[in-house]
Amino acid sequence: MNESSNGRPGGYNSVVCIKQVPDTNKVTGSAMKADGTINRAALPAIFNPEDKCALEAALRVKDRWGGTVTVVTMGLPAACGILREALMCGADKAYLLTDRKAAGSDTLATSYILSKAVAMFKPDLVFCGRQAIDGDTAQVGPQIAEKLDCAAVTYLTGLEMDGDFAVAVRDIGTGVERDRVHLPALFTVSEAFGELRPAVVKRAMKYKKAKAPAENGGVALEGDLAIGQISCDDIGAEAERCGFAGSPTRVSNIISVVLAGGNYKDIPATDEGVASLVAELCADHTIG
Amino acid sequence: MENFYKDNAEIEKTIDAIGLDEVAELCEEGFRFAGEYDFAPVDSADAIDNYKRALSICGEICARDIAPTAEETDRVGNVLNADGSVTYAPGIARAVKLLGASGLSGCTIPYCLGGLNMPCTVLTAANEIVSRADAALMNIFGLQGIAETINRFADEEIKKQYVPKLCDGTYTGAMVLTEPDAGSDLQSVKTSAWQDENGNWFVNGVKRFITNGCGDVLLVLARTEPEFSDGRGLSCLLVEKGPKVKIRRLEHKLGINGSPTCEMVFDNAPAKLVGQRKRGLITYVMSLMNGARVGISAQGTGIGEAAYRAAREYAAGRKQFGVAIEEFPAVRDLLCDMSADLQAARLLAYYSSKSVDLEDGLSKKFESLKGTPEAQAVRARMKKYAAFNKMLTPMAKYYASEMSMRVSNGALAVLGGSGYMKDYPVERYLRDARITTIYEGTSQLQIVAAIAGVAAGLYNEVIDDVLDGVDVPPNLAGFVAAARELASAVDAANEAVKNNPLGKVYHDLHARELVDAAICAVVAALFVRYASRFPEKEAVLEYWKETKFPAARAALERAKSGYSGAIGNFGRIAPACVAE
Repeated sequence: MNESSNGRPGGYNSVVCIKQVPDTNKVTGSAMKADGTINRAALPAIFNPEDKCALEAALRVKDRWGGTVTVVTMGLPAACGILREALMCGADKAYLLTDRKAAGSDTLATSYILSKAVAMFKPDLVFCGRQAIDGDTAQVGPQIAEKLDCAAVTYLTGLEMDGDFAVAVRDIGTGVERDRVHLPALFTVSEAFGELRPAVVKRAMKYKKAKAPAENGGVALEGDLAIGQISCDDIGAEAERCGFAGSPTRVSNIISVVLAGGNYKDIPATDEGVASLVAELCADHTIG
Repeated sequence: MENFYKDNAEIEKTIDAIGLDEVAELCEEGFRFAGEYDFAPVDSADAIDNYKRALSICGEICARDIAPTAEETDRVGNVLNADGSVTYAPGIARAVKLLGASGLSGCTIPYCLGGLNMPCTVLTAANEIVSRADAALMNIFGLQGIAETINRFADEEIKKQYVPKLCDGTYTGAMVLTEPDAGSDLQSVKTSAWQDENGNWFVNGVKRFITNGCGDVLLVLARTEPEFSDGRGLSCLLVEKGPKVKIRRLEHKLGINGSPTCEMVFDNAPAKLVGQRKRGLITYVMSLMNGARVGISAQGTGIGEAAYRAAREYAAGRKQFGVAIEEFPAVRDLLCDMSADLQAARLLAYYSSKSVDLEDGLSKKFESLKGTPEAQAVRARMKKYAAFNKMLTPMAKYYASEMSMRVSNGALAVLGGSGYMKDYPVERYLRDARITTIYEGTSQLQIVAAIAGVAAGLYNEVIDDVLDGVDVPPNLAGFVAAARELASAVDAANEAVKNNPLGKVYHDLHARELVDAAICAVVAALFVRYASRFPEKEAVLEYWKETKFPAARAALERAKSGYSGAIGNFGRIAPACVAE
């Protein structure tokens, strides 16, 4: 890859889209409310795991070729927790995109809003996690690229820079693919890329005090402890394309499936046992 | 995500029970750095929050990146290359980089030299966490005393050249003290240093058993004054790794295989004098050694934690005779004993670290207040903790290292045949634990160091200090009385031992019993402090009193008995092994 490892003066400016999600690995019986929505109070809010990998990808570009790393999240002010985490690990600047108009956005509206925010920074590289562990759609990254009219490289496992191009390695399941793409370009990153580095202690000591105006009575902090705060108006997003208004997705029904202790059956490891299982699954239309 | 700090509430609770408010204030010199560095804390709560964040970052690196490599590191060890260089085991090399990049390698170094300016107590906790992941790595990570010694005693130029790079993990260091004929007895060091007409220093000689001798920055104890054959002729010199320093052998050890133990030759290696001539052993190495002993108390605690966890988990899962073996009373008692032993060692290690922090912090404060009316009171307190440390540091090193042996041995007993196999890490814990009772002064030498304070009854003042300001709830009052009673029993035994006609010989013979009983009483007071803050600890305190006090009293009876057969009947009880 040496022939393609040339950067350019000033390095590359990256924007990483990150999301605060309920920790769905810690789902318990109280994780869903009676109406089928997530009981966020019962689940700890965490930095979406693959978004951490996206941040790591951006930080590695910065380490090797220079430039800056900006993180953006769309959410309630509580999402500033993951912005602070990102700053502690090495991000240069963090922005909270918070707006009532954005509430209830599906992937279409979310990618529209984020694309508007990302465009504001005129980045060379955009990184997203492959998917969030709450929605698991894997749609937002590619949809942002579509709206920015730039290349999208999904399942990123390696990245080299070459002037105004990036040479990306992506996992295509049956092997790897190397893509040479012109900048700007967007990458979605999965855990195969590598874990986010640990925080730097001094950055943790400093950025634990970073705040967005929404957390500070509307007042922005001074200097680099300020987490930027932006609204749909700031980025020129049209109201009818944001939030519920901009979201064609309608959830028709959610079923809370509670597995009780008795809901299993011992199938004897015999031909008869297997035959009875297959017959039952066929009758149930699970298979066949 | 796995995290060796967050998954072990004992560390945070112990820190909270010990209390670091005053330490933080002293360390931050009244929080005067907050204006100068944007990451420096503004008050004690801010500082202590930083300490916990640092430990959490350490815990994450240890759980995620270091512990999974410990088995391979133990197996492959380090490699001595044909050119005399040493290649670390891959896990060690990566860990040194990660810990350096996080900033943890300069834990106690001042901000102005690139460090975190945190107290020794935080380094103790970090060392514990690192040792739980891989005890061998602690031997490199824990060598922060090198940077500290340079910071404390070397001139500005040397400090600026080396300390920041030791903090960020670019450099590692070694304390190059022992030689083939100078182990415990460092006064007889033969390695020499000479000065040319331009004032440049050069070091010649052979050093043995040097932990991380392949490091970049070597603090070498060498004889600069040939006219003195004892400690007064020794100085401390800084030698950089280079062509004039050859590693000629890596030792093959029982444990801590990831830690390279080097035999090395200095062949007119260019050197820089650290501090003043003649003070090498007397001042600098003594200071370095005390810090290192605190480090080993943390290493023992970390190994004990790893071994206890392995045993506790196995006992819950392993079924014999139809039940989990943790249901058997004998296994329960063994696990309780291991847990209480481990918690006692941690309390002692953290409390003695805090005492070191208070001595250092008060000493700095005294310097800044010299000539003012408050200065004398500060000095008096500093002297109190200085006296404590002469006893507490060796006590903590002795207790925690011996605990790591007992607990890893107990863990092996819980795992039985499986524990004896390499399939489980417990045999490694036992092998790693063994060295902790030997290096930085054997257990016997720690007792020699601690006995002066014990003979003077200093544990009584330590108990006062431990309980000072503690609001002891009524249900724990009986335990305070019991701890004081045990301390009085040590007083009485001290008297009896002193009055024995054999004199010093008898005192040396029974020093261990006196030190053990004094530790038992001090730990009881520490558990009272702990349980006063965290009521669920009363059960551990009670277990301590019920199971450890009788043994302490029996030890005191032995000390008072006047029996000295090991001296008088040595040859008859332990006959010499001579061929016919």
